[in-house]
Amino acid sequence: MADKLLEMKDISKSFSGVKVLKGVNLKVDKGEIHALVGENGAGKSTLMNILSGIYEYGSYEGDVLLEGKKCKFKNIKDSGEKGIVIIHQELALVPYLSIAENLFLGNEQEEKGIINWNKTHTYTEKLLEKVGLHENSHELIKNIGVGKQQLVEIAKALAKEVKLLILDEPTAALNDTDSEHLLNLLLELKEEGMTSIIISHKLKEVTKVADKITVIRDGSTIETLVKGKDAITEDRIIKGMVGRELVDRFPKRIGTIGEVMFEVKNWRAYDPLNEERLVLEDINLYVRKGEVVGIAGLMGAGRTELATSIFGKIYGKNISGQLFKEGKEIHIKNVSDAIERGLAYVTEDRKTAGLILIDDIRHNISLANLKNLSHKGVIDDNKEIHVATSYKEKLNIKCAGILQKVGDLSGGNQQKVVLSKWIYSEPDILILDEPTRGIDVGAKYEIYTIINELAKQGKAIILISSELPEVLGMSDRVYVMNEGKIVGELEQAEASQESVMKCIMQSSKEAK
Amino acid sequence: MDKIKVLFKNNIRQYGMGIALISIIIFFQLITGGILMKPLNVTNLILQNSYILVLAVGMFLCILTGNIDLSVGSVAAFVGAISAILSIQLKVPVIPTIFLSLLVGAIIGAWQGYWIAYVRIPPFIVTLAGMLVFRGLTMVILKGQTIAPFPESYQIISSGFIPDILSSGELHITTLVIGVILSIIYIGLEMQKRKNTLKYDFEVLSRPLFIAKLGVTVGMVNLFTYWLASYKGIPTVLILLAALILIYGFVTNKTVAGRHVYAFGGNEKAAKLSGVKTNRVLFWVYVNMSVLSALAGIVFAGRLNAATPKAGVNFELDAIAACYIGGASASGGIGTVYGCIIGGLIMGVLNNGMSILGVSIDWQQAIKGFVLLMAVAFDVYTKNKAKK
Repeated sequence: MADKLLEMKDISKSFSGVKVLKGVNLKVDKGEIHALVGENGAGKSTLMNILSGIYEYGSYEGDVLLEGKKCKFKNIKDSGEKGIVIIHQELALVPYLSIAENLFLGNEQEEKGIINWNKTHTYTEKLLEKVGLHENSHELIKNIGVGKQQLVEIAKALAKEVKLLILDEPTAALNDTDSEHLLNLLLELKEEGMTSIIISHKLKEVTKVADKITVIRDGSTIETLVKGKDAITEDRIIKGMVGRELVDRFPKRIGTIGEVMFEVKNWRAYDPLNEERLVLEDINLYVRKGEVVGIAGLMGAGRTELATSIFGKIYGKNISGQLFKEGKEIHIKNVSDAIERGLAYVTEDRKTAGLILIDDIRHNISLANLKNLSHKGVIDDNKEIHVATSYKEKLNIKCAGILQKVGDLSGGNQQKVVLSKWIYSEPDILILDEPTRGIDVGAKYEIYTIINELAKQGKAIILISSELPEVLGMSDRVYVMNEGKIVGELEQAEASQESVMKCIMQSSKEAK
Repeated sequence: MDKIKVLFKNNIRQYGMGIALISIIIFFQLITGGILMKPLNVTNLILQNSYILVLAVGMFLCILTGNIDLSVGSVAAFVGAISAILSIQLKVPVIPTIFLSLLVGAIIGAWQGYWIAYVRIPPFIVTLAGMLVFRGLTMVILKGQTIAPFPESYQIISSGFIPDILSSGELHITTLVIGVILSIIYIGLEMQKRKNTLKYDFEVLSRPLFIAKLGVTVGMVNLFTYWLASYKGIPTVLILLAALILIYGFVTNKTVAGRHVYAFGGNEKAAKLSGVKTNRVLFWVYVNMSVLSALAGIVFAGRLNAATPKAGVNFELDAIAACYIGGASASGGIGTVYGCIIGGLIMGVLNNGMSILGVSIDWQQAIKGFVLLMAVAFDVYTKNKAKK
């Protein structure tokens, strides 16, 4: 029997009268990787915020026991002193400071207030070695990729003699190679006796690294699965999370595919920062009415660049090529042109580019189509409320009301607001860029259903996603992109993980 | 009852400032032995603060985009000087003078707006430059001297009163009549709005509450006009102010243009991706600001009855403070025109009340600064509380 490191007993917490946690229990043994899974809004983050002292002792009910002793954290500093370090999804690094400076930020290697830089850099190099990051300790944070930044965060935690490492969605922004590396690092650290809690939506990763998996649903602990004792499969976990078996992760689409709706011919664009560099090279693609066309590819393949260069030339320099809608050539100079021509683009980054977080649901939904709501530039308030309410019901946006701030909604509901906005703009062609990034299984299913509904109405849909199963499960046809080129076009029947990867590998080989 | 609570909670910042304004008024009313609210002083208060309120309205739009304009005081001085040269030295009639002065404001705005919106130089820098440039140019065209006096017709806009056609001696009857007409228009509009809302089956205030709301507002309006009527009637500049507040309140609340400014301030990237022409929005906000600065310059010159090189010093700071006190967020996207006006009035009443009490100007500065800090602290406090 392993030693118990942490026990959270009967934790309950309410926000303005709404009970978010209802007696959650969590037990973590020394030297294990414990995964915490659950849908968005299930209460995972709240639980971790209690553990790290962000919600101070007294603001919740229940006990937090660390090595058998009751903890009364007042703030994050208290929990840090006890060796609990939390690494948030949004990294807390200073971009214009060096790796070494970031590593020891708030924990400087000092003597009488004067920093010993030699000691700092030697120690930094040792830690970087340990996490497998081969960078100069003088390098600025802004110059290294997100994957490496994540490693710096972990090194920073190690510098503080961490007992319990909490990672909140550590791989959400990472590509496959970086994720792989990070997970292996976690396993290595475990060998050395590190205990960690990992929160993730990526069940594949969870099943790979976790020794125990605790499932939380609606603020209660549902079960804890133990590796070796219970059968740990993705389906098993999903069942726990949503409370039922998801027979089909991708809903069936009924509908007919019609004429060609939208066509892109010989599309080229250059990098706006480096006008010599060709980012998109002679892209040709088309999408038909009622069809969902997927664009698969690795990070940096140029998918988002393609979408944003088409949608009002937001991205790219010296763009050339032709666009056709229903056989007729169209010209798009800016975003409002694109919207007028019936295009909609759902951005991959809903928080920074898709929504006005400080504004309410109503205003966010109407923003792209105020024309429809106004007469001579004056907005009809009542009609606007009417529209927002109808979308709230149609898309099942869970909220206190349409006057709620969008920033307070969960990821899945925020995404529904973005979708509402674009559906209300009455487009014929929808480009969906990572429509399910960072949202949970249940909400994903709802979004897929919405996509199917749109296709059924005869809209043409281009689906860009980094999750290959999603592209394969949702698309009628798949284009494969690599290094700014379309390197393959696969019908649904022939599209598979293998065939997509084969297209990418082949093109990379040819390039060499 | 719950609804009122919710309504109050959602608007606590604005109501809070309204309550603060009323408390400050009551405080000074008591401590000055009733001088503050004497009809003469109320009229003075309006005249004294008119140009700051005009600036605050324009500044609010700049702040709404998440920026500020530091050049407004200098631009006001510059345009005041131009209008003095036109009107006094070149003997141009008043109406063309005002028109040309506003045009100069628009050109200045287009100049600054170009650098801000299309070259994307931070507004802080562009308007800091503008502050120096136009202060300098003011001294150049005035040759460092004061030009005075303006023809009488020029002063009407800043210190005149509406004529009393129905004169009767003691009371200014026209003013009372205007009060009644305004009340009727207000009731009509409110009824119309209620009917529209009911058409969509939305909830409205219950009938007694609705009538109470109408009653209170109408009472306040008529009391106010009665008060003014017992001195010289409605000052012309109040009509100008009221028109500005109504127009800008309408534009920011009800129009697509206004919504685009809010969207710009809330999240520029998202606004752009939703088809808002962000550069154009920013450009027009700064053109608008300079036109209003020009208007403030005209009003100020008229009130002073002179154009001086030192006119409008620190106006920008008063206008910015009014907006922040009135609940506008420094990061953009939040606030209302009405809030800024309340903010401006708080500053105005403080100034006026302290002057009546004989508080020295140095202390007035310090106290105003402290009030600004407290107002924003209150804002931060209520926001944090709302989060928990």
